[in-house]
Amino acid sequence: MLRLPRFKYLRPKTAREAAHMATELGPRAMFVAGGTDLFPKLKRRQFEVEALISLDFLSREVRPGAQTTELGAGVTLSAAAADGHLGSHFQGYAEAAGLVSSPPLRNAGTIGGNLCVDTRCNYYDMTYEWRKAIGFCLKKDGAICLVAPSSPRCWAVSSSDTGPMAMALEGIVTLAGVDGERELPVAALYRDDGIDYLAKQPNEVVTGLRLPETEGVHSAYVKLRRRGSIDFPIAGAAVALQLEGDTVRSCRIVLSAVASHPLEARAADEFLTGRSPDEETVRAAAEIAAKHAKPLDNADLTHFWRKRMVRVVVEQAIELAATRTRGPRVKLLGQ
Amino acid sequence: MTSPRNEYAVIGKPFPKPDAVSKVTGSAVYADDMLPARTLHCRILRSPHPHARILSIDTSAARRMPGVRAVITGADLPIKFGILPVTQDERALEHEKVRYVGDPIAAVAAVDEEIAAAACDAVAVEYEVLEPVMSIDEALAEAKDERIQDYGGPNNIHKLVALEFGDVDAGFEKADHIREDVFFFQGNTHLPMEQHSAIATFVDGRVTLWSSTQVVHYVHRALAKVLELPMNRIRVIGAAHGGGFGGKTDPFAHEIIVSKLAMLTGRPVKCTLTREEVFYAHRGRHPVLMWVRGGVTKDGRITAMHFKTALDGGAYGSYGVASTFYTGALQTVTYDIPAYRFEGCRVFTNKPPCGPKRGHGTPQPRFALELHLEKIALDLGMDPVDLKQRNFVKPMTRTVNWLRVTSCGLDECTDRVMTASGYRSREKRPGRGLGFAISSYLSGAGTAIYWNDMPHSEVQIKVDRGGVTAYCGAMDIGQGSDSVLAAVVAEELGLQPRDIRLVTADTDTTPIDLGSYSSRVTFMAGNAALQAARKMRDMLVEAVAAKTGRAAAEVTVGAGRIGDLTFEEASILGEARFGTLTSAGSYKPPKIAGPYKGSGVGPSPAYSYSACVVDLDADARTGIVHVNKVWIAHDVGRAINPLLVEGQIEGSIYMGLGEALMEEQAFRKGLHKWPSMLEYKSPTIMDMPEVETFIVETDDPEGPYGAKEAGQGPLLPVIPAVSSAVFDALGVWIDEVPLTPEKIIEALRRKEKGEPPRFGPVRFPSIPYPDCIKVEPPPRELDHASAASI
Amino acid sequence: MDRDVDRQLVALEVNGERTELFLPVHKTLLEVVREDMQLTGTKHGCELGECGTCTVLIDGKPELSCLLVPLQVEGRAITTIEGMAKGSVLHPLQHAFAEVGAAQCGYCSPGILLVAKSLLESNGTPSRDEIREALAGNLCRCTGYSKILDAVELAADQIRRSSPLAGEVAHRAGGAAEPA
Repeated sequence: MLRLPRFKYLRPKTAREAAHMATELGPRAMFVAGGTDLFPKLKRRQFEVEALISLDFLSREVRPGAQTTELGAGVTLSAAAADGHLGSHFQGYAEAAGLVSSPPLRNAGTIGGNLCVDTRCNYYDMTYEWRKAIGFCLKKDGAICLVAPSSPRCWAVSSSDTGPMAMALEGIVTLAGVDGERELPVAALYRDDGIDYLAKQPNEVVTGLRLPETEGVHSAYVKLRRRGSIDFPIAGAAVALQLEGDTVRSCRIVLSAVASHPLEARAADEFLTGRSPDEETVRAAAEIAAKHAKPLDNADLTHFWRKRMVRVVVEQAIELAATRTRGPRVKLLGQ
Repeated sequence: MTSPRNEYAVIGKPFPKPDAVSKVTGSAVYADDMLPARTLHCRILRSPHPHARILSIDTSAARRMPGVRAVITGADLPIKFGILPVTQDERALEHEKVRYVGDPIAAVAAVDEEIAAAACDAVAVEYEVLEPVMSIDEALAEAKDERIQDYGGPNNIHKLVALEFGDVDAGFEKADHIREDVFFFQGNTHLPMEQHSAIATFVDGRVTLWSSTQVVHYVHRALAKVLELPMNRIRVIGAAHGGGFGGKTDPFAHEIIVSKLAMLTGRPVKCTLTREEVFYAHRGRHPVLMWVRGGVTKDGRITAMHFKTALDGGAYGSYGVASTFYTGALQTVTYDIPAYRFEGCRVFTNKPPCGPKRGHGTPQPRFALELHLEKIALDLGMDPVDLKQRNFVKPMTRTVNWLRVTSCGLDECTDRVMTASGYRSREKRPGRGLGFAISSYLSGAGTAIYWNDMPHSEVQIKVDRGGVTAYCGAMDIGQGSDSVLAAVVAEELGLQPRDIRLVTADTDTTPIDLGSYSSRVTFMAGNAALQAARKMRDMLVEAVAAKTGRAAAEVTVGAGRIGDLTFEEASILGEARFGTLTSAGSYKPPKIAGPYKGSGVGPSPAYSYSACVVDLDADARTGIVHVNKVWIAHDVGRAINPLLVEGQIEGSIYMGLGEALMEEQAFRKGLHKWPSMLEYKSPTIMDMPEVETFIVETDDPEGPYGAKEAGQGPLLPVIPAVSSAVFDALGVWIDEVPLTPEKIIEALRRKEKGEPPRFGPVRFPSIPYPDCIKVEPPPRELDHASAASI
Repeated sequence: MDRDVDRQLVALEVNGERTELFLPVHKTLLEVVREDMQLTGTKHGCELGECGTCTVLIDGKPELSCLLVPLQVEGRAITTIEGMAKGSVLHPLQHAFAEVGAAQCGYCSPGILLVAKSLLESNGTPSRDEIREALAGNLCRCTGYSKILDAVELAADQIRRSSPLAGEVAHRAGGAAEPA
């Protein structure tokens, strides 16, 4: 069986201590929370480290508040999916957490980990022997991107389900470094690069997520994947919608798995704002949102089809968010 | 059920499997669970190139690593082996040439797996890279560098077959309508939950191997050949089995390697493949390109059929010659085709070798045949079910290619699923469709893989102070073959299945059985057990009759008693009268193969039949298919254990749906595109619809208690039924498996543009088939008296 | 390979028994239970968290033992399939799985049984869809899941009927299951 490489396992008591360790060890160490993303990649030798810095100290609490709801980064995905407050105030977020991978994995995987989940590519998420056979890729051990060999960059795909939703909900992450804590909008956590996909410092620990409580905002997350479980998204739409009567007062649409970062659809947001979300308008908004999605041939099914499907998931997510106030859920794709 | 009144005490009752408790408590010992003291761990270095000559292998650095106990290469195991006598083309380790990414080159035994893996990485291999051949078309063309194998040909063709039964041209002349279609069935793999695993010891000059195999006997033969040891110095034991589906039917490199390493080191050596390596071991479903030409009269009777296949075999022979014949053999077993021509071709490509997967070589042509007939029905304006039904074969007949059909429940199977699904009265609405298909499968191949006149299955029974033990080489791979043995012996001896101890799949202690493949165990081991058990019963009855002064015919057997005595008392009388109480039974299929070369593939002592209706929603916007329900009726002859028969049918439906909708052994840049359980899509519980199963019993004249197979046949109709249902829903034909959403969308786009509303291959390549061997068809009627042989 | 192995003394509570083991910290819980504790009932199918076969319960909740290292589960209650029966008395789920034929090759059964146990402890009357949701991470290639669903329903029913024994009904191990 595939086994983990040798490493030391460090157990700091606080985020600051963890940040100090990370500073000292630099690229020789990585943080581990649930380990559900990290361990497979260590087994496939996609990461090579000498030490793991355990984030077991992270809070596992969901704390509702008047202004914001705070989630400890150690809250597991299954806890987030089942949390009553999240389920009523941030439906899309609980939904996204509940759609990550599979039930046993969600019991270990954390919301902090899912925010930071490594970008994916089916030339990269392979064993050492496979990658060696094909000649390694830019993201690990190689010189070129095997999906787009003429491109100077890596096109691995952002594959977080909760990240786009947290962005649409205008969430804010708390980062702890050696000098203390700072806050960053989730939108600023990501960079459009398959390799350096996170904008946080490598020694900073994501310790929490704050979701602002906004009256009248309804959210939804629609995930496209081949099977009813286990799979990463091959397209996804996170929508946070605020209606005033039958008019959209504000809207945030963020796409997952169509770029190296969660892709904001600002033009679609603007288009929808001030309009009534009838079928035709939603269709047009989805069309606009899908325009910038650029799936490549490095995930399941063909990228042509995935590109086509972006419109569909966006439409469904908008409709779902819009109907959340008035009742029955529409049938989700791939569910 | 239409069965006669069930007068049996055990047969037909839903007993749990004999190993059920060990499986649910985690106490069943699978090969990888074994860890004897001082076990060394083996890892295998595999080729990173799809096609290359090996110039040199330097193992010196690996040998020097602390903890490494042995490193071997092909020079240590140069003798070739293979499952079929005609294609002995594999080496356990290849030192001259590699033919696919994953071909084994060197193996290390070390004190732990981590060291073994590192030592593999330290083996330096120099290659001369050759142009890979990755498709049927490329294989048919002249090789750019050199051919993959040094036999077969021309080019990279492995095998060509051409047979004609009856006058096909005349048959087409009689037709009012002729149609041609091309289909493609993509390859897929077994994906058993358990990775292959084997562990060997070498004690007192004898090799003992425990393996996750479907056939201990074939592993035994291959070990003897490659290790150059007499068979009596090798013992192969089937460990608890974590799933086969045909994927553990060949002898494998790792089984030979651990045996050799145990011989060299004197220590137990274990090798468990990683999941990725399981994708390279493969032997799965061949990708098959198919062309079919059918002629029918205006009332839908088939007058002639011409069927051409091209199989992408991967790099080695495996079962490929048989697979090639199977792509043309069973079309005639469901439909009465009066004149039939079959041309088959298997090519070598630089991919993991294909072989037998559930349905072996027949799901692909079944997909093509069922859809072809649907299209013909559409052309004629006929209901496809009516058209098919008009052409159903009849019981007790011979097919044009000399296959002997005895019991056949096609009509009843069809009626069952038609009624239950409401197919004929279905509400037509866009996006929802129902599809119907039928199929048939062997109850064991009528001829052995290597020519011999010996029985295909043997069972011994020992009765000792009331304890009954049955011995048989059959391997229970989870399907419940042990349960069949226990049920048959218990029925005959008037006991309960739990009273029967079983010793199975051990070449030292059990008599031969040719293994768990080709759906043969219930029929063949069941008949052998029946014979052995009846002999034992006769002895016990005779002893009791003698003691009690009755005629043997008056001594009843049942409910734990023989006559007025308990079974234990009877066994003591029997032992006193006859000495050690043992009996043996064996089974050899009747000689029913037709009088032509190649007739060995296709004959079976009995054929199972299935009919299936699939109900699904297909979304025109996304191409996403959601299967709502599946109805299936399966003619199993008689269900020895209906619980396990249902399990086999439901599992077949599942696997068929996976193949129809998502499973795909795909390659890119010479490599397997997704050798993992995440990316090779296997349906989860969320993707599985409810299944309604009907067991149809036709009481086969030669099956044990009338039983036939259940493990493979029910998979076959599922795949074409899905495609037919998609047509019913959206009006587009998807002539290619798997039916992924993108293919449906593309077909809909073509339909919208006024192009032919289909997705699938457009042409069948030109293949240099030889002239057909012309075979005179047999007399069609078969009376009961002559059923046993032709 | 070129680094030293970091070994630590780890106290694990498995199936109610506390054991101290001196373990490489990079060895997964899967490897530890199988190789160091001889609890080989826990199987592995993919090694990468993709199939659910190696599922064990951590404080009663299913987690994948191939993606855990022992230091992560120190002080937590670990349950493997060996901890499901009470001595030789099968858990109702084990009994039901045996009785209805929910285990064919049986390789995925330990993981599935533990997930089902966790489910029934939090929801004694699950619907078929709730059972599906719970088992969505456990692949099975033999059964088509049909008999697994039947078995979980049957066990839930038996547990309900046999309360107040709360989760335990007396079943003889070793083939107690006779057809009705």
